[in-house]
Amino acid sequence: MTATCPAPTAAPDPAPAAAFPIADTACRVVSNEPVNAEYRLLLAEAGPTALTAEAGQFFQLKCPPTTQDHPFLRRPMSVYRIDRQNGQIGFLYKVTGKGTRGLSTLVPGDRLEAIGPLGLGFTLPAGTKHVLLVARGVGLATLTPLVQMARAAGAEVTAILSARNPAMVMSRDELAAQGARVIEVTDTAGDSDMAQVEALLRRLHAEQPFDFAATCGSNRLLQLTKALSAEWQIAGQAAMEAFMGCGMGMCYACVLPVTAPSGETIFKRVCREGPVFSIEEVQSW
Amino acid sequence: MVDLSVQIGSVSLRNPVMPASGTIAEGFAEIVDLGRLGAIVLKTITPDIRQGTQPPRVAEFTDATLFSIGIPSKGPDYLLDSTLPVYADFGVPVVASVSADSAEDFGTLAAYISAPGVAAIEANVSCPNLRAHGQAFGMDPEATAEVIRAMKARTDTPIWAKLTPNVGDIAQIARAAEAAGADALVVSNALLGMAVDAENMRPRLGNVIGGLTGNAVKPIILRMVHQVAQAVSIPIIGCGGIANGEDAVEYLLAGATAVQFGTVNFIEPAAMEEAIAWIEAYCRRHGVTEVRALTGAMSPRHDQKSPLQSAVL
Repeated sequence: MTATCPAPTAAPDPAPAAAFPIADTACRVVSNEPVNAEYRLLLAEAGPTALTAEAGQFFQLKCPPTTQDHPFLRRPMSVYRIDRQNGQIGFLYKVTGKGTRGLSTLVPGDRLEAIGPLGLGFTLPAGTKHVLLVARGVGLATLTPLVQMARAAGAEVTAILSARNPAMVMSRDELAAQGARVIEVTDTAGDSDMAQVEALLRRLHAEQPFDFAATCGSNRLLQLTKALSAEWQIAGQAAMEAFMGCGMGMCYACVLPVTAPSGETIFKRVCREGPVFSIEEVQSW
Repeated sequence: MVDLSVQIGSVSLRNPVMPASGTIAEGFAEIVDLGRLGAIVLKTITPDIRQGTQPPRVAEFTDATLFSIGIPSKGPDYLLDSTLPVYADFGVPVVASVSADSAEDFGTLAAYISAPGVAAIEANVSCPNLRAHGQAFGMDPEATAEVIRAMKARTDTPIWAKLTPNVGDIAQIARAAEAAGADALVVSNALLGMAVDAENMRPRLGNVIGGLTGNAVKPIILRMVHQVAQAVSIPIIGCGGIANGEDAVEYLLAGATAVQFGTVNFIEPAAMEEAIAWIEAYCRRHGVTEVRALTGAMSPRHDQKSPLQSAVL
């Protein structure tokens, strides 16, 4: 797909969202620019069904072929921005393989086919007052819309952003603009190891107790958040990733081992029973 | 007005397009109108409850996928109590799909799920026969026939045998299934394959071996439909790399009465609906008033077989 392909107007869904809660939307790319040395932000005009997306849900994106790559399957991408006022959805992604290499070639006016919204997003328990977000790397993209959701529900949000170095800490401004307190920890500053992050979380919890925790993007942070949620007896959720076949619950390729209430390990589909799981059932990132 | 209806034995379909087993699930109804399809084919179930194979379960190629899922199954009661009601109200025949470790178990399971609302039962004979050192039933004509006989003995519901392509002579298996009483043949299941990750020196699938599906396999399975069509007189349902209306028509011309869309459902949810419209337009363009007239209507390219073609066949 190139800039010369016909630019559709922003996707009028033929079916109302009520009849078909999921649509294959022909979105129109608005921008697709690097945000730092590794990540890019893709913004696209979307139709009403796509705009019903909630934090933690994802879309199956048709990644354009390039001269070297021909991605056959679609690629799941969690929604990073849900801008209902401007009719746009946004994705924050790192170019790591043939699908994301294809995505990086999209230019404004191009068509982006996106099936969604898919999967189960975050659910905040009623009355939540203080939300803890713990994210590393691209996990931040998935957790960012949760700030919007939590603030709308009247909760305060404290976000711990972990990264290799300060240049790689993404979304700090986006999170702050939405009203989150943002605390950065980085490998270069030497404060991102688990002992220090645990001490930080305990101090924050002592100052103003958390009653909900969410994490994405790192196994060590998942284990830490899981242990502290259990100790503090608060609800927690983890957003998980998997290489998917269909993203619509049909092929059963993206299964994740989780712990059932009985204690046995069972498989659940990341695309359908997830990608957001309760933190107790998740075993490892 | 083009008559798109086809007949698979006693089962009437309003059009020849249906999903392949295991390529749609409940969630599909949230995206497309299942009521427009010729039939709804359900994912294979087994008598027992199974978790399926260890991930990773899919590897991707340029125009194909290699899946090894291992038939995760919630068993027959879940099918009857929870799955069938989801699909009951679309006004479309619902086809169940079963697999088991022995011919007897195939028969018992077929009897158990022969409920109102099950228009036909597909026998997935590509699974290992535990009484024959794990060789798939479908790799042996007699084992295939035993499965079909066991099912026919236990139910009046039409039985469709879904053949495996991993055989030397597919026509021989097809004749065995027909002789055992199969009401139709689905040609076919996935081609066995594997993939290795050179960098980490490991197989790309948890199960090492998986089934290759997608557009890349179309020429192989189309050839098999052609061969089977010359060997049997029961209806054939073509299944292999079909992604659009043109692919479907190719299968009809080669001898299929209906077609199943598989892997494409994972990528283009609208593919089946678009194909139905395309087939109708194709018929109009070619002056065909009944789609069933296309079955086996491929014209010979030469009056006589070339020596090479004869040798291959």
